[in-house]
Amino acid sequence: MRYVLRRLGMFVITLWVALTINFFIPRLMPGNPAEAMMARFRGRVNPDALHALEVAFGINTQKPLLVQYVDYLGNTFTGHFGTSLTFFPQSVGTVIVTALPWTLGLVGLTTIIAFVFGTLIGLVAGWRRGGALDSVLPPVFVVASALPFFWVGLLLILLFSVTLGVLPNDGSYDVTLTPGLNADFIGSVLSHAILPAVTILVISIGGWILTMRNNVVTVLADDYIRMARAKGLSNTTIMYRYAARNAILPNLAGFAMSIGFVVSGAILVEYTFNYPGVGYMLLQAVNNEDYPLMQGMFVIITVTVLVAILISDFLTVLLDPRAGAEG
Amino acid sequence: MTLSTANVLEPSVAKGRRNGAGMAIWRAIRSSGKALTGAILLFIFLIAAIFPQLFTSVKDPNDRAYGLSLPPSGEHLLGTTSFGQDIWAQLVWGTRETLIIAVAVGVLASVLSVLIGVTAAYLGGIGDGVLSLLIDVFLVIPAFPLIIVIAAYANGGNLAVIILVLVVTGWSYGARQLRAQALSLRRRDFLESARVRGERRSYIVIFEMLPSMVSLIAANFLGAALYAVLTAAGLQFIGLGSPSSVSWGTMLHWAQTAEALQTGQALWIIAPGLCIALLGAGFALMNYAFDEISNPALRRVRRNRRNNVGK
Repeated sequence: MRYVLRRLGMFVITLWVALTINFFIPRLMPGNPAEAMMARFRGRVNPDALHALEVAFGINTQKPLLVQYVDYLGNTFTGHFGTSLTFFPQSVGTVIVTALPWTLGLVGLTTIIAFVFGTLIGLVAGWRRGGALDSVLPPVFVVASALPFFWVGLLLILLFSVTLGVLPNDGSYDVTLTPGLNADFIGSVLSHAILPAVTILVISIGGWILTMRNNVVTVLADDYIRMARAKGLSNTTIMYRYAARNAILPNLAGFAMSIGFVVSGAILVEYTFNYPGVGYMLLQAVNNEDYPLMQGMFVIITVTVLVAILISDFLTVLLDPRAGAEG
Repeated sequence: MTLSTANVLEPSVAKGRRNGAGMAIWRAIRSSGKALTGAILLFIFLIAAIFPQLFTSVKDPNDRAYGLSLPPSGEHLLGTTSFGQDIWAQLVWGTRETLIIAVAVGVLASVLSVLIGVTAAYLGGIGDGVLSLLIDVFLVIPAFPLIIVIAAYANGGNLAVIILVLVVTGWSYGARQLRAQALSLRRRDFLESARVRGERRSYIVIFEMLPSMVSLIAANFLGAALYAVLTAAGLQFIGLGSPSSVSWGTMLHWAQTAEALQTGQALWIIAPGLCIALLGAGFALMNYAFDEISNPALRRVRRNRRNNVGK
């Protein structure tokens, strides 16, 4: 229980730090970028929206910083991120709601696939230490970990879209189709997801393989494995029931580390494939100097990552009593 | 009596240990194929960064001096961009900025990791609690979106801004590892004995603790450098670097803007990406080798098996 509370506390503090950074960055930057943005948009958007922006960025306001800060936190927690300038007159909240499912679908599913397959391959590699798989995989994935995400995506586009012309590389579905639960639309969504998903998979699976392999190698030296062998248990039983179950726990904890990495990469992948998720929207906002949208996207990405980490923490404590006892 | 001999002996012993660590690293590099490959890759890029003129006769790689979108030829090894710049020359000259970012971030982030990680372990108690919390917070805040936001407000990053944000977001992982190792060292006998001898704290930390952490610090440097190479490339690719700078990420940015893939100029995309991958692989391979040095359990077991067969 103490562990759970500590993780929750950690979640709250991290969120608070992220939100605070988000609040102060535009106010601390030289030349006040927000004011420059306001000047550009004056006359192009309606006065009400401009006023809302002024409040959000603390321009032309007599309110002390602390009051602004409290207002900002209140607005953020109630989901009031203001109006997007890129997608005017849509609110930032609306843009988030349309973008988030694409990212959750793409990154979420790919992460689960990477975790399952990576863990299995790592288990086999660690189990047959020094075997063919074990000698080939680590160097391959060490090199793979050094590949830039977006460049792998570009190569896939070159091969499958430009040269072979078999897979689409732009957007999340064929815009000539009407979205709905019909075979054409779903097929289109899936075929558009293949290349970005493979890109994320190629790069993120290596980490799972390597850590799982190393965990298995460490676990295999433990006494209970020797005991299991002495009892004459079959190799499969020892491998899946004994070694895998214990080696997978640190791997699950490593999830917290990897999710940030995957999300960072996913932003670039979405940009490369024009995939309309939160990362793509974040970069749209950056290119259009749409600061409300940018801040909203930063908050939503941070919250999503932190929630994913919290879930993995709770899973760890459910599966591994030792983790709970530490606190 | 014993005290005085200890004082006389200690500096030379400490020095010996430091040389020992250096020698161990050098031996490990020579004996491991991975580390050797990594070292050779890094060496080649280092030469290209310092003496680009050895590899190309072009003096200003941004100069739009040639025909547009020329195919590879003897004159232009990799052809030219659709702006009329020589791709090979851009590639060679681009090494410098990429390597500067990698090394600067690697060094600064490592220093920050050592300072915070070792201090946390040394302080213990509340000080450790606060610093650990700081480390954990920076560990889980998604770094890349944060970097994007900062770079966007800073109106596109010049070199200093990019290095600064990469250091701020890249130190925490190393700090956590170093704190863990420093904690496990704290109760070791050689530190106890130094304490009993009445050595100053600063002496203990600098001459006793740090030398025994050399391989982990080196691994941290390599990890941070790899992180810097990849993240900086991503940042430049999406157009948040300085657009006139010569670097691999910026090349990719212009190539993508000019739709190089769709217009049959694949080399413009492939070449800089490959360089990023090779430089990154250099750091990653060395890092992997250092991991094997500091964690003997991960070393390859093949040699032992062969010995057993021999017997």
